Amino acid sequence: MDPVTIDTTKFRPVRKKPETALEKLEDTGLISTVLAARERKGLIFLTTVDQVFNWARLSSLWPVTSGLACCAIEMMAVAMAHHDIARFGMEIFRASPRQADLMFVAGTVTKRMAPRVKQLYEMMPDPKWVISVGSCANTGGPYHESYAVLRGVDNIIPVDVYIPGCPPRPEAWLYGVLQLREKIKNEGYGAKWGLNK
Amino acid sequence: METEELLINMGPVHPSTHGVLRFKLRMDGEIIKECTVVMGYLHRGTEKLAEMKTYLQFIPYTDRLDYISAMPNNYAYVKAVEELAGIEVPLRAEYIRVLTVELNRIVNHLVFMGSLLLDLGASTAIMYGFREREKALQLYEMLCGARMTFSYFRIGGVRDDLPDDFMSKLNEFIKDMEKRIEDYKGLINGNEIFMMRMKGIGVISAEEAINYGMTGPSLRGSGVNYDIRKIEPYSIYPDLDFKACVRPECDSYARYMVRIDEMEESLHILRQIADTIPKSEVVATQKYGIAPLTGMPYTAQTYFPRIFIPPAGEAYSRIEAPKGELGFYVVSDGTTKPYRVKIRSPSFCNLTAIPKMVVGLKIPDLIAAFGTIDVVLGDVDR
Repeated sequence: MDPVTIDTTKFRPVRKKPETALEKLEDTGLISTVLAARERKGLIFLTTVDQVFNWARLSSLWPVTSGLACCAIEMMAVAMAHHDIARFGMEIFRASPRQADLMFVAGTVTKRMAPRVKQLYEMMPDPKWVISVGSCANTGGPYHESYAVLRGVDNIIPVDVYIPGCPPRPEAWLYGVLQLREKIKNEGYGAKWGLNK
Repeated sequence: METEELLINMGPVHPSTHGVLRFKLRMDGEIIKECTVVMGYLHRGTEKLAEMKTYLQFIPYTDRLDYISAMPNNYAYVKAVEELAGIEVPLRAEYIRVLTVELNRIVNHLVFMGSLLLDLGASTAIMYGFREREKALQLYEMLCGARMTFSYFRIGGVRDDLPDDFMSKLNEFIKDMEKRIEDYKGLINGNEIFMMRMKGIGVISAEEAINYGMTGPSLRGSGVNYDIRKIEPYSIYPDLDFKACVRPECDSYARYMVRIDEMEESLHILRQIADTIPKSEVVATQKYGIAPLTGMPYTAQTYFPRIFIPPAGEAYSRIEAPKGELGFYVVSDGTTKPYRVKIRSPSFCNLTAIPKMVVGLKIPDLIAAFGTIDVVLGDVDR
């Protein structure tokens, strides 16, 4: 499909304060882009619907249960009642990577574990995201000088968000999750063309 | 009927292996014929790193061995170095050390209880366990600002004195925890399903357990009264009133019950410490040897000297960590860095008994038996 350039100046933001449910929906900008798409015989509809996809994806990220070291205990703490990651629709930690779309690399990636981490990432279906948690997964951390430790998980798999700390507090963890949601919100052609306002 | 043996791989990424452990199981139908434990997926070279770091710099690495209960790790290492250099620890520091270690024993057993029940398919207990753990972690944050990796101990004492309102918060925690333990007992101990899953599963006799080198609650669940706090008393334990919890049944249920009883004993110890803690320094003020540059003796007042040279020699020191006997063997050659540090970790020795325990059981029973051994992979692989 050829990319279509759009004159974005034609779309004006809704000035009126939304009151009814329909007006609130219009205020999100989805309706106007969908209507604009209909004028263009459906071609653009396929490219701008990714905002809906983005919204659906970021609202129910399912992480894979793969704790590696100390940070995994904080991952459990994040999932428990006090910090409650269920607020972000993420409480379903899947044991199988086939059912997950987010991977927390929580802990030290040793050289022996690195092929397994890479395989785990490759087993996840697209779209998928990776959050590297803790100093060990980011750079090797305190084990930087060790003969057995990989110096950063981004040597083997792409990473979306890095969370520093040893281990990071659950608050830092949640902040990292929010950053990833922001990133997912701005993915795709719609965001590139400025249609997600 | 013709049957065939099946080889099943379990792990290293598996929610019930508590980290990155791998089992190779040779199965006859549903029955485990042989179990091989494959370790080393979290080997971080801690012992080698110890030879590159100074004595003080190695303390944070001990946090990351058994990351659920970091204070006993700190303690075992620091105690070994103190024995090596012959340093006297002030009495208040000893009290604070025992306080933090016993508090960490409660935290460890809470996480143990929660994750064991989660592995068995009951997800309520882990919520309760982590609710109480969160309160204990708030106490730790008052002490040192960290939640899991404390590095609170220093050679010759602890880093800082207790904050002003620590004792009142601790008393609140103790009062709250007494009720909670009663809750757990009512919720879990007599539960029909739980007892069916645990009783008679993972049996290991006292003799076998000793031969495999098991220690701690896992050994005491086999009826052996072996608690280092009793048989080789250290610190202020001789002055405290507590008993070693022993159960004779040798199965998973006994090992679980020992830990629940231990939580109560630890609470009892905390209560005694809260009543009797004395006032004094928290870091030793004696002279630690000669500074290499100035030639003057150290007299550390608040902090331990950064350049610390113990006399050449060796020391082995062991304590009763929540998971068993934790020992550090430190060899000094008279320089700023240790010549060798060997860690005798309880998880590793306890884990070796698993293949013996699970022959003839099914895979879900392996999970149950493995859960009651309570290993942490950072401690196994080091």
